[in-house]
Amino acid sequence: MRVYLDNAASTKMDKRVIDAMIPFFLEKYAVPSSQFTHTYGLEVKDAVDEARASFVERIGGKHPEEIIFTSGGTEANNLAVKGVAYANMDKGKHLITTQVEHNSVLNSFRRLEEEGFEVSYLPVNENGIVDMDVLTRCIKKETALISVQYGNHETGTVQDIREIAKLSKEKGILFHTDAAIAWPYLPIDAYNWGIDLITLSPHKFYGPKGIGILFVKKGTKIKKVLDGGFNEFNLRPGTENTPAIIGAKKAAEIFSKEDVDRILLLKKRLIRGIETTIKHVEYNGSKEHSLPHIANLTFKYIEGEAISLRLDFEGIAVITGSACYSKNLQASYILLAMGKNHEQAHGSIRFSLSKYNTEEEIDYTIQKTGEVVSDLRKLSPLGREDEE
Amino acid sequence: MPVPYTKLVIEHFKHPHNVGEIKNADVKVTEGSPACGDMLTLYLKVDPETHVIEDIKFQSFGCASNIATGSILTDIVKGKKIEEAAKITWKDAVKALGGLPTVKIHCSVLAADALHSAVEIYMEKTGLVKEKKPTTKEIVMSKLSHVVDPLTGIDVVRSGLIKTIHIKDGIVTVILDLPKEHQFAKNIEEEILERLEHLWDVTAVKVIFEG
Ligand SMILES: Cc1ncc(COP(=O)(O)O)c(C=O)c1O
Repeated sequence: MRVYLDNAASTKMDKRVIDAMIPFFLEKYAVPSSQFTHTYGLEVKDAVDEARASFVERIGGKHPEEIIFTSGGTEANNLAVKGVAYANMDKGKHLITTQVEHNSVLNSFRRLEEEGFEVSYLPVNENGIVDMDVLTRCIKKETALISVQYGNHETGTVQDIREIAKLSKEKGILFHTDAAIAWPYLPIDAYNWGIDLITLSPHKFYGPKGIGILFVKKGTKIKKVLDGGFNEFNLRPGTENTPAIIGAKKAAEIFSKEDVDRILLLKKRLIRGIETTIKHVEYNGSKEHSLPHIANLTFKYIEGEAISLRLDFEGIAVITGSACYSKNLQASYILLAMGKNHEQAHGSIRFSLSKYNTEEEIDYTIQKTGEVVSDLRKLSPLGREDEE
Repeated sequence: MPVPYTKLVIEHFKHPHNVGEIKNADVKVTEGSPACGDMLTLYLKVDPETHVIEDIKFQSFGCASNIATGSILTDIVKGKKIEEAAKITWKDAVKALGGLPTVKIHCSVLAADALHSAVEIYMEKTGLVKEKKPTTKEIVMSKLSHVVDPLTGIDVVRSGLIKTIHIKDGIVTVILDLPKEHQFAKNIEEEILERLEHLWDVTAVKVIFEG
């Protein structure tokens, strides 16, 4: 059996999404911005405008021009963080984010630090959650931006972005949330919640890769970070990736709450199955405030790369926070920020589910994980004492 | 592209040889720590007459490369004389495995380090070392630089955990800047004893926690 449980990395596209895209390769391939030239271009522009309107509605925006299409979540995060920082230097050069953000957010802030901005990286508690009191204390007169992710891509932990948005608003600070892995699994309501910028990434919800979305609330001061033409309301130059824009719209349209409910049941089945059949397992993150499709577990006394490779032999795809697995040989900075020690990080495995997973697959995964963990523990010099 | 390991690496990883403990081992030594992501414990049983390695076993908290290297390395040295085993390097192990991805080399270095530590301890224990130098603070420090704090993954010397070392009448006293209640106090103490107890002029080792 082959079981793909790395859906937080990317998902399988829905066939209906591909079908919706095909005409934009073969027939409607003109550039949408050529609105004063020909019918070809106008037709495509209509379709792109529809996509914009569709996203505005789904995330609680008000104006179509609040949707900026980019090349991906990474670029959307770069634009949000750097674009807002550069445009609001008159207010101040202090920025706030967290230690558990995706690299596209973290490294954007690090770049700004090199350029003379001051950045506060908020710590998180053992469940990965930001403390509102700490956030409040970090705010200064010069704070121009607060950026906190909606959900975490490694542990699934969800932040209380409504509270954070409220606080930002009270203090008159712009608020960005990276919802790349969270939306549409969880809802978002830009105006009602008071969020100024939102990052979305369609390939995380059965849409195409190479397309991202940045919601920028009307009136938000932001500068473009790529130089070029005047596309996307002069915020993101470059020829629009129209097939992907149409695919993104379709993916959002057909995304269903029923699928989410089913995924959540599967995740609970997986966690319960593992926790009842395997000893010495730790759940990383908050069980209560969690994305429906991500679970991160540490199997004590053994190393994650060994676990994931053995699971791969059984046809099961997962990833680990172990240093041995990562390109830079560093253990997961996210688990370390949660106060986990290196040993816990090295033994961690992320399971991330999709609407395509079945109960049968989950049961197979529980069984194989049990076998692999037990096999590897037989090799391990650790953990003999507390075994009954 | 399949996983970046040779068939042999995968074979040894899936079905490692010489796994487990040796109850009455002549030497037991641990290299690395779970905090570094790799840890390997080696057990040696050596024929006291011929100094041939009769049995060797290992345990690993480690990735595929670490487990595979432990397996092939123990295969290579089993049945060899201890002096020959001393000459086996990580390069021999990697070669025998048909190569390892570059970023994974450190995992096999760790396994070879464990072997060399085990051989050294055996030779010191049995008086096979030619010149018997008196145990000095420097020697103790260099031995303790292999003992790693499982929490940080940094050895106890480099992390400044060693407050003082006294050596008097064959008794080595190591005072650590760690509370007795430290989660890994017992592990650290055990590993310090493993590294020092057998030295030819050492009659006792005391580890004192003063944190
Ligand atoms: C939380 C989070 N933010 C941002 C990104 C980047 O998105 P993209 O892959 O579309 O560049 C990802 C996905 O890798 C993510 O999980």
